[in-house]
Amino acid sequence: MQHISEIETTFDVERVRKDFPLLQQASVYGIPLVYLDNAATTQKPRVVLDILEQYYTGYNSNVHRGVHQLSQQATEAYEQARNTVAAYINAADSKEIIFTKGTTDSINLVASSFGRKYLQAGDVVLISAMEHHSNIVPWQIICEEKGAELKVIPINERGELRMDAFSQLLDDKVKIVAVTYVSNTLGTVNPVREIIAQAHARNIPVLLDAAQGIQHIAIDVQELQPDFLAFSGHKVYGPTGIGVLYGKEAWLDKMPPYQGGGDMIKTVTFAKTIYNQLPYKFEAGTPHIAGAIGLAAALDYVKQIGIDKIAHWEEQLQEYALQQLQQVEGIRFIGQAAHRAASISFLVDQIHPYDLGELLDKQGVAVRTGHHCTEPLMDIFQIPGTVRASLSLYNTFEDIDKLVAAVNKAAAMLK
Amino acid sequence: MTINEKQDELIADFSLMENWMDKYEYIIQLGKELPLIDEQYKTDDNLIKGCQSRVWLHTELKDGKLYFTGDSDAVITKGLISLMIAALSGHTPAEIAATDVYFIDAIGLRSHLSPTRSNGLLSMLKQMKLYAVAYMAKQAN
Repeated sequence: MQHISEIETTFDVERVRKDFPLLQQASVYGIPLVYLDNAATTQKPRVVLDILEQYYTGYNSNVHRGVHQLSQQATEAYEQARNTVAAYINAADSKEIIFTKGTTDSINLVASSFGRKYLQAGDVVLISAMEHHSNIVPWQIICEEKGAELKVIPINERGELRMDAFSQLLDDKVKIVAVTYVSNTLGTVNPVREIIAQAHARNIPVLLDAAQGIQHIAIDVQELQPDFLAFSGHKVYGPTGIGVLYGKEAWLDKMPPYQGGGDMIKTVTFAKTIYNQLPYKFEAGTPHIAGAIGLAAALDYVKQIGIDKIAHWEEQLQEYALQQLQQVEGIRFIGQAAHRAASISFLVDQIHPYDLGELLDKQGVAVRTGHHCTEPLMDIFQIPGTVRASLSLYNTFEDIDKLVAAVNKAAAMLK
Repeated sequence: MTINEKQDELIADFSLMENWMDKYEYIIQLGKELPLIDEQYKTDDNLIKGCQSRVWLHTELKDGKLYFTGDSDAVITKGLISLMIAALSGHTPAEIAATDVYFIDAIGLRSHLSPTRSNGLLSMLKQMKLYAVAYMAKQAN
């Protein structure tokens, strides 16, 4: 316990909030903003904004091409960003880090490239019932093309993966398992360690969608051993439009390029093109240079505060939020997993989530309503959507109090 | 009353309300009072699917005028439908087709008519106009 109290005294949320200019300035309808839509996107700390400005005002230039000074400076910063990402998730080599547009792009890359090479008619791709559309549709596309089948690990009523069913589904027809680390809708943290262990016992690779994991949980890919890991910059305090695909070198080496273009080639003739080595083989065209540099700054920022401290703070907020929301008359939590992170989905009586979200907005509380790009999950729970409050390191207990008060007021108006 | 006179009246009603919560209180009230669409018309054909809330719209032509009834699974959307119906229902197809719906904007609810709002309201307005144009074409034949 001493360890915990130590952490408590060293996490200063007010100081953290000062790092985020938007939180200092933003008000909606004249009311100070309570931002609880962090699972959709996070706000950006000053260090990220500064580095973006420095890049564009100081050394904006294209990478990997120019012999001139600025280009070399940009290339260096871009490759340094790759090193930072690699170090952050403890990749064995920075060539295992592919910069993409985001999680969706990363998953599409694997589905398309891995799928083209390794999927055949009759094969199975195994996903879970709580996947975001971006970890469903890319697989559907390639399965349809290859005559492969998409199978789904079911969940229990609390919104946890049915690991018994997973073990049964995991047969030799399965060519890849693609699951989310943390559910964006339910907040469930999946037992990915066990999933990977079971899949690897059968030599089946695993892709982890870490879009909702990277900002809340320490991830060490050499320890966790996913074959692929995808996440987005903007959900971990970095810019939008930049994301990461981590892939084990052994896989990436064997996989064909996803897109063709500049930078991904070694030599091109009309007769034949020799592809570039990793990671450039998968980075066709001018990359999002500023985005990569900004993402590295964001990861440095997280590292400086400490992901464990952040996780601990968010856990306290989550406990408090669940406890306080529980007092709201007629509340029903969608997703009640034992192990969860940051996202809390709920409904109040028969009130439509859209109505509730609308009135929370008008009280200055930003949440997300709807199906959260998990329509199949909504069908399982037989609901039109949920109201989702999602937490971040800069949220406070006061934010939770305001949320609860706003929910109570809205519910009273709508009943 | 012309459609525009009705729109102006709605704008005047809303101008009395000081803050957002008052406006919404009123819209919710209207939503709760909206005469429900006859269940037989709550069909998939009449369903306008927004991303977030669903909207049903039924249209009838009586004595050369169009009458709308509607419903939604979200009460705020229902209130907004009610406003739209109050402004447009009971007018000729030609009047409805020619109308510029400006009151939503004027009472500060413009965002509800944005395509990204996905609450079905914009689709509903388009549908109302589409019916009006269709009836005009029919009458012309």
